[in-house]
Amino acid sequence: MAETHIAGSIDRPKGWRGVSADWSSDQRAFKSASWGKAMMWIFLLSDTFVFSCFLLSYMTVRMSTTVPWPNPSEVFALNLGGKDIPLILIAIMTFVLISSSGTMAMAVNYGYRRDRVKTAVLMLVTAAFGATFVGMQAFEWTKLIREGVRPWVNPWGAPQFGSSFFMITGFHGTHVTIGVIFLLIMARKVLRGDFDTERRGFFTSRRGRYEIVEITGLYWHFVDLVWVFIFALFYLW
Amino acid sequence: MAHAAPLDEGHGHQPAATAHVEGQQHPIRLYLVVWGWLFVLSACSYLVDYFGLQGLLRWSLILLFMMLKAGLIVAVFMHMAWERLALIYAILVPPAVLLVFVAIMVFESDYTVLTRVLFLGGQ
Repeated sequence: MAETHIAGSIDRPKGWRGVSADWSSDQRAFKSASWGKAMMWIFLLSDTFVFSCFLLSYMTVRMSTTVPWPNPSEVFALNLGGKDIPLILIAIMTFVLISSSGTMAMAVNYGYRRDRVKTAVLMLVTAAFGATFVGMQAFEWTKLIREGVRPWVNPWGAPQFGSSFFMITGFHGTHVTIGVIFLLIMARKVLRGDFDTERRGFFTSRRGRYEIVEITGLYWHFVDLVWVFIFALFYLW
Repeated sequence: MAHAAPLDEGHGHQPAATAHVEGQQHPIRLYLVVWGWLFVLSACSYLVDYFGLQGLLRWSLILLFMMLKAGLIVAVFMHMAWERLALIYAILVPPAVLLVFVAIMVFESDYTVLTRVLFLGGQ
């Protein structure tokens, strides 16, 4: 149980000296993050590269086509009250996802305060926002498919629009869906008091700790983070 | 319980009774403020499209709002601002290298579009 003495109490060097000291300490390199948090960060880094490849290939096909790119502002417009409002559905989806990030951040906070009920409720609210987001995405897909968008063709211009759209938003939607499932499982554990009694997990047999709420949160914020880039580069560009 | 002592360097210490609980502890207000800013920045980037801004102004505003939002999420919501530099560099430097990849693909696309115009009559 040497870790108790590693983190926190010791005065560690800061800046570059700290980086060098941490990495050469012949112990764990990430002094402020437990292995669980560090592994989630490394997973998210790899996921960053996956999404980057999608966005880069989207950039490449869009830059290299001689056919005009469909205008996303018009493609994703919604007719509300007899008026076409540009991109409104995507804007609402953005606000829904940001709100879910806000409730998630507060769930993490209450988790570390060991407030079982508030943590679970906030996680369930986050999951509800996430499910709403996926629902709206399903609506958007249905609308576009009805209008004749396919991965190889669409009525407005460059055929690569469809493949980029389905690939990028589909992969992101999958991430949101997995996040919702992850959140529901963890919310149940929080509500049952697993992390107060340090009940062992059914799969890993490790003692439950509130830190898993923060790790779940890291994943969830990452999903929101990816959407920030998709919103800017795919929908607004 | 082992696993790391409180991590909140300079952010108010927890009472002794809960001192064994590791992790990040910041006032709820901080999250609400960041949440508010994310809303404002999202609204701003939506307005860029709503008012149909074009050209350099559009691209620079979109990218500015995007980076500000990403920065707020990573720094505050994901607590990166309170991690040690060893982790910050390990996670944030590799994605920066992607900019080289972007540059490579920009050259590649320019070449592709050039050949399409020259040899395929703009197909």
